[in-house]
Amino acid sequence: MTNNEQRTTIADDIIGYLKQHENKQMLRFITCGSVDDGKSTLIGRLLYDSKMIFEDQLAAVKSETKKYGTVGDAEIDFALLIDGLQSEREQGITIDVAYRFFATDRRKYIIADTPGHEQYTRNMVTGASTADLAVILIDARKGVLTQTRRHSFLVSLLGIRNIVVAVNKMDLVDYSEERFNEIIVDYERMYEQLRFSLPYKSFRQKIDFIPMSALKGDNVVENSAKMSWYEGAALLPYLDTVTIERSDFKAFRFPVQYVNRPNLDFRGFAGTIASGTIERGERIVVYPSQKSSGIKSIVLPLSPEKECSMAEEAGFPMAVTLTLDDEIDISRGDLIVKEGDKPPHFSDSFEAMLVWMDEEPLKSREYIVKLYSKEVNAVVSSIMFKRDVNDWEKIEAKSLELNDIARVKIDLTQKVAFDLYEENKRTGAFIMIDKITNNTVAAGMIAGISTRHKTERVYTEAEKALNAFVREHFPEWECKEI
Amino acid sequence: MTHLKQLEAESIYILREVAATFSNPVMMYSIGKDSSVMLHLAMKAFYPAKPPFPLLHVDTLWKFKEMIEFRDRRVKELGVDLVVHSNPEGIEMGINPFVHGSKVHTDIMKTQALKQALNAGGYDAVIGGARRDEEKSRAKERIFSFRDKNHRWDPKNQRPELWSLFNTKIHKGESVRVFPLSNWTELDIWQYIYLEDIPIVPLYFAKERPVVEYEGAKIMVDDERMPEELRKKAKMEKVRFRTLGCYPLSGAIESNASTLPEVISEMLLSRNSEREGRLIDKDQEGSMEKKKIEGYF
Repeated sequence: MTNNEQRTTIADDIIGYLKQHENKQMLRFITCGSVDDGKSTLIGRLLYDSKMIFEDQLAAVKSETKKYGTVGDAEIDFALLIDGLQSEREQGITIDVAYRFFATDRRKYIIADTPGHEQYTRNMVTGASTADLAVILIDARKGVLTQTRRHSFLVSLLGIRNIVVAVNKMDLVDYSEERFNEIIVDYERMYEQLRFSLPYKSFRQKIDFIPMSALKGDNVVENSAKMSWYEGAALLPYLDTVTIERSDFKAFRFPVQYVNRPNLDFRGFAGTIASGTIERGERIVVYPSQKSSGIKSIVLPLSPEKECSMAEEAGFPMAVTLTLDDEIDISRGDLIVKEGDKPPHFSDSFEAMLVWMDEEPLKSREYIVKLYSKEVNAVVSSIMFKRDVNDWEKIEAKSLELNDIARVKIDLTQKVAFDLYEENKRTGAFIMIDKITNNTVAAGMIAGISTRHKTERVYTEAEKALNAFVREHFPEWECKEI
Repeated sequence: MTHLKQLEAESIYILREVAATFSNPVMMYSIGKDSSVMLHLAMKAFYPAKPPFPLLHVDTLWKFKEMIEFRDRRVKELGVDLVVHSNPEGIEMGINPFVHGSKVHTDIMKTQALKQALNAGGYDAVIGGARRDEEKSRAKERIFSFRDKNHRWDPKNQRPELWSLFNTKIHKGESVRVFPLSNWTELDIWQYIYLEDIPIVPLYFAKERPVVEYEGAKIMVDDERMPEELRKKAKMEKVRFRTLGCYPLSGAIESNASTLPEVISEMLLSRNSEREGRLIDKDQEGSMEKKKIEGYF
């Protein structure tokens, strides 16, 4: 629908318009690119063309363009429109994750806008953690660069299954099909190598390439006549229709977030379904107690002022409250799973990919691991290797510093239930919190199970002989056999 | 799942996380449409219980009369707790936006009053209705936003926020501001109000009201405190409000939209952003960022 048609619909049939827009889907994506890749220009254009930028904001930006603008004589510097903080504008760089919003007839979009500099791995990981799709910008003149490798590695590590490689600034290479194809070949070659650096076995990504010029608006909203050789969709229609790839993990997982007990007759377990579906009457098992029960009711928060609403079934990602047939002890941090579904891993140790996010390096002391709603004390018991974010080489490491990425083993002070990150992000992702500063120091993705490091002593032959001697001749000492 | 259902589920998750991890939370209640949505979500999140935290209204004593009536009615209907605070020093000083200007009024009756109320309540989590699409400096704010002992926000030292794993750890005296509506846009809010039939203050709908031109905006004559020379110039016009606050600082817009679908239609066709009617944002460039660092919500 064109803008004009849409405006007519809104004016003439607002009820119809509202009906149509009630059924939109949400798509979260991250944009990866450096300052000069035209990332801000691209986002500015998407917002502008979808009317998320208003006249008064535009007027403010026009006056700011004169003050801080970096686009010469241009009237609007799109980057200024979206770079939020005054302190950053003065430095001319984006230094954090910003979230932008726009909507079309089909989808509501949330863009995590992150900087591409190496020192800000932390921010990109943060932005990628909630995204379903990544737009990776490449400057058509420069092709696949170190930063492209870094961006591709990070979004893959965070489990994003849809990648769009936006080959930007096609206007500066005369809209050359040959150049575009060259970049595709380079990228695919790079990706082959990337796949082997990932800790995930069953992980598949969908990758598509779009040639564009964000500045000129080619292939952003509409297909450009200057690149008639390109048969795919322009970026916006692509985003509107692309199928979001998901893990095929279907087992029911329900982390208990809050125990709701308003009176003696009601004891509900409130939370958000992390995966799968559940029906009233089905049998469940609770971790860590491993006690079982049946689902008595599924309370859906439908119309709280009028009447409560019960559901026969519910699924991911609904926020519901469950009541059970039996009075079993359940608290925040427990995981409810369905009997007969694939059980979660249940261990006091796991292997994970850890991204260090704090200025203070990793210490050999206890941190808090927060995994879904569960908080547990933990230590990083070994660093298996660091992974270079640019060339993906394994590096030996004794400690971890800001922006380091490493495969580590983590030991917990109690057994917890979890899944692998590649199967279920919601029960396989965790953060680490410093117990003294309370900072979020690391983000982790569970990549494997392991056994807790045992401090069992190995006895020498002489010790064993002495033990046997004592047990034989001094039984009153009640010495144990070793 | 539709985008509105998903936004709803995510907001409910955030509200429950606050209730589960903080010992003394409070929910800011500004009586506006976003507050109405937030209150509705809180009722859902804890059903069949009531929200396990009180509402806090910082009353600058210059709110529209209809807002205060609406507030008291809703609190009674829903059976929730409400704490109201006004700055006693400001009352003593007789702070008046027509005399002292928006900057002084906002600082004393809003920012300072908020700090007083938060200190008095000893709240460790303060839930607010701000959205990231409202203003540029908000786009980078976390959902759980850390504040030091003086309620100050440090934009360069924010905790990374990944997945939906919120770090809720703080030291004594520190607090967090929590924004469950972070990812909602103005359109989402309106559509949700429409879909869920959520009550809102009637000032959002167009009606003949007495207004005067004041500092470039249409200000409604809500009581006798407006200077007489201004009141004399009042004319009846069909207007409504896109945002609600203190009546001398809230600009009305000419409108015929008297039903919810008409309001939404008008909003979609408008070429100006929602905050345009708010006089405090125009004080200076980057003004919201400065106010936030000082402790304004």
